[in-house]
Amino acid sequence: MKVYLGIDLGSTTSKAVILDAGENIIGRGITNTRANYEVAAEIARMEAEFNSRFSLLKSRLMQEQNGSADWERIFEALESRFHFLQFKIRFEQLLEMMLHNSRQLDPSADPAGIKSLLNGIQPEILKRIRDRFFTGKVATSSEFFRDLFSSVYLHIIQDEDRSRFDQLLALYDRSITPVENKIIEFDFDALTREAIQLLAEEMELPEDLIHAHLDEVAKLSLEPDDYIGTGYGRQLLPFEKEHIKSEILCHAMGAHSCFPQTRTVLDIGGQDTKAIQVDSQGLVTSFQMNDRCAAGCGRYLGYIADEMNISVSELGPLAMKADHEANICSTCTVFAGAELREYLNLGEKKENILAGLHKAIVERAFALLARSGGVRNEFTFTGGVARNNAVVKYVGQLVTKNYGEIQINTHADSIFMGAMGAALFSARRNKQ
Amino acid sequence: MDVQKENSMVKQKQMLAEHFMELSQVRETGKKVAYTFVPGNLTELIYAFDMLPVYPEINSLQSGMRQKSRDYIREAEEAGYSEDVCSYVKCDIGMMLQGNIGPTGQQLPPPDILLLSYTGCFVFMKWFENLKQFYPDAEIAMLHIPYQESGKIEAGAIEYVKQQLRNEVIPKFEKVSGKKFDADKLAEKMDLSASAEDLLVEVFDSARHKPSPIDAYFGGVYYIGPIFTAFRGSESCVEYYRELLNEVNYRVEKKLGPITPDGILENERFRLVVEGPPNWTHFRNFWQIFYEMGAVFVGSTYTRVGGIYDEGFRHSSQDPLRSMAEYCMGCYTNRNLPQRIDLLETFITRYHADGFLVNSIKSCNSFSAGQLVMMRELEERLEIPVGFIETDLVDPRYYSYSNIKNRLDSFFQMLDQRRPVKSAG
Repeated sequence: MKVYLGIDLGSTTSKAVILDAGENIIGRGITNTRANYEVAAEIARMEAEFNSRFSLLKSRLMQEQNGSADWERIFEALESRFHFLQFKIRFEQLLEMMLHNSRQLDPSADPAGIKSLLNGIQPEILKRIRDRFFTGKVATSSEFFRDLFSSVYLHIIQDEDRSRFDQLLALYDRSITPVENKIIEFDFDALTREAIQLLAEEMELPEDLIHAHLDEVAKLSLEPDDYIGTGYGRQLLPFEKEHIKSEILCHAMGAHSCFPQTRTVLDIGGQDTKAIQVDSQGLVTSFQMNDRCAAGCGRYLGYIADEMNISVSELGPLAMKADHEANICSTCTVFAGAELREYLNLGEKKENILAGLHKAIVERAFALLARSGGVRNEFTFTGGVARNNAVVKYVGQLVTKNYGEIQINTHADSIFMGAMGAALFSARRNKQ
Repeated sequence: MDVQKENSMVKQKQMLAEHFMELSQVRETGKKVAYTFVPGNLTELIYAFDMLPVYPEINSLQSGMRQKSRDYIREAEEAGYSEDVCSYVKCDIGMMLQGNIGPTGQQLPPPDILLLSYTGCFVFMKWFENLKQFYPDAEIAMLHIPYQESGKIEAGAIEYVKQQLRNEVIPKFEKVSGKKFDADKLAEKMDLSASAEDLLVEVFDSARHKPSPIDAYFGGVYYIGPIFTAFRGSESCVEYYRELLNEVNYRVEKKLGPITPDGILENERFRLVVEGPPNWTHFRNFWQIFYEMGAVFVGSTYTRVGGIYDEGFRHSSQDPLRSMAEYCMGCYTNRNLPQRIDLLETFITRYHADGFLVNSIKSCNSFSAGQLVMMRELEERLEIPVGFIETDLVDPRYYSYSNIKNRLDSFFQMLDQRRPVKSAG
């Protein structure tokens, strides 16, 4: 079938979107951007391809058995098991690498003891991660292999044997990058069958029916007819010049396709904030980007999360529980961290501090928005940071306060807007 | 690859070398030296007294191009100048602290007079106040030029400036040079200025051709060199512009684009108008981003900071003092925002620009203010794609290639994207 691919290589995450000939999204893929951009782009693409196959499979089953099964729920569970099986394969490679590297440890570090400890904790790590996948507790768009493994591994080695903590941590540090940078050719058909088996142990499934369609869907060619890469790392993609486009144009196009009345787009990504003005066709008329300093972007939130020892996805919900916003005035990420500690010392609730930090981010973005000409009409907020509900709340407050009653849009796919715009450009240029 | 140079460029280089040689020999020749600024400079008058001009901003930009500004700025910051101070000032002060070695490696003579022509840039006053600390024996002449707040030269303003020239500047020049003011000599220079100005206008106006035979920004920096600095009012200046115009006319006839450091720009893809000076520390790298994209500047306001001749003004021997007053008040730096917008609009329409770009200067508090307003006004008035980047004059710490390239990539793609829509509409 005819499909078009868009890849957005951001500073923190790499995203891929696959569109069908009717410009409908059929697949999304996301991974963490690692030092190796080529690998990040390929993994995002593969994930989008798997996601496409699942959505095609689901739509075929829905057409054939309309209403007789809760296909949405089944596929959600099926995909999470598929992701767990993917995790397991990479996990085994990581463990092998760690065991291999443990041989090179100094004899005084007791390599044999470390090895047996690693082998001993392996089932527990896998069990905990399996539980998280199976209970839907993995945020698939922000928790990747490295995050999942390290969060469980660090807890376990801390509890297991504190005297070996540093060696075990060093072993992980040494092994994670080569394993993470390896492209694994997952067998979609085999892994899906295994996932169906796992799921069948928990619920009643029309297995024969699924298998019958899986045979066809697994074989479908999803080789893109055309593709475009965008994002911060676009120049480093292994793409020809005509397959690379500016992320400003792609984000604007993505946002405009979801909300055609959009005239102003605010995108807050990992290290860029972009204020973009578009015309009625979704074409960019002007834009402003942050210069020299990335305070107030996604990485700022990551830093704050680290400082507070919580995950990025917990920041927004915590800030929403605030009863007031602590006054954070720093425009510098590092100094904001210092302010945070000062407030904690003074006994301020962390929810209130977080609310203040979120508000500070939004105020910073609005300064840029003002430089770009303000909010002209319907306003769309995109980028990874748009998934943070506290940021969305303050964006809404400030749009209304500064520009009056204006329609504000956010989209569940906000993090994929750049990749979607890229995919749309590639689909549309083939129609011309 | 060697940088391609035309005869006019070679001639300009010779002129500059001779000028700096002359400056280095003032002890022997006894010539007196006036330090002064480019906008509203009174070069004809300086030469009418057989004195030699030195332009601190030009020394700073030359230091920037020669990769010396980083050291000079550090030197000035050590002496207490903050990060936010105009980098031209810091570069100049740093250069003086390190022995006042000019761009040709020769020591510049100290000023006998600091001629402060105040045209719009409020930093000029502080700059010369500080120079006075270095040169306590130098005479100071202050020429206050009324800003065009109302958008025009007010009737009383001309008389006000003439009086200052008559009662303040000329008497001080007479005192410093030991020579009587010679009105005929000044008039003669004014006529030569007018001839060079006629030729310069023709050069700039050649941008109406497609492809444009000139780059009115990066190339423009060279075109304005002689007329903005030490040579206006001289025979050699007129010769330079005659040579330059010949080269431009040749390119028009052959339908050739402008000369870039890597040769003739062959495929003109984008015609741009720009507001703001170029960055000097990475001048070639900055230019390269544009010419590699096939972008040519058909108009720039930076090339008008030392005088606007496009609208008909010429230095005149009829009433030289009046003419100098009008010249000073008409400089780009002395115009208000609506006038600056109108001038840009003229460039954009007359030279059929596809886009408008602002290169805002981080350390310039005088002229970076208001640029976003100008940009939005032009966007609305002309429905032209606009772009905004930020660099600095001579502080290399504020030139971020990847940030600039990233924004310009988007800007060029935006121009490309909007082109078919515009023609279809």
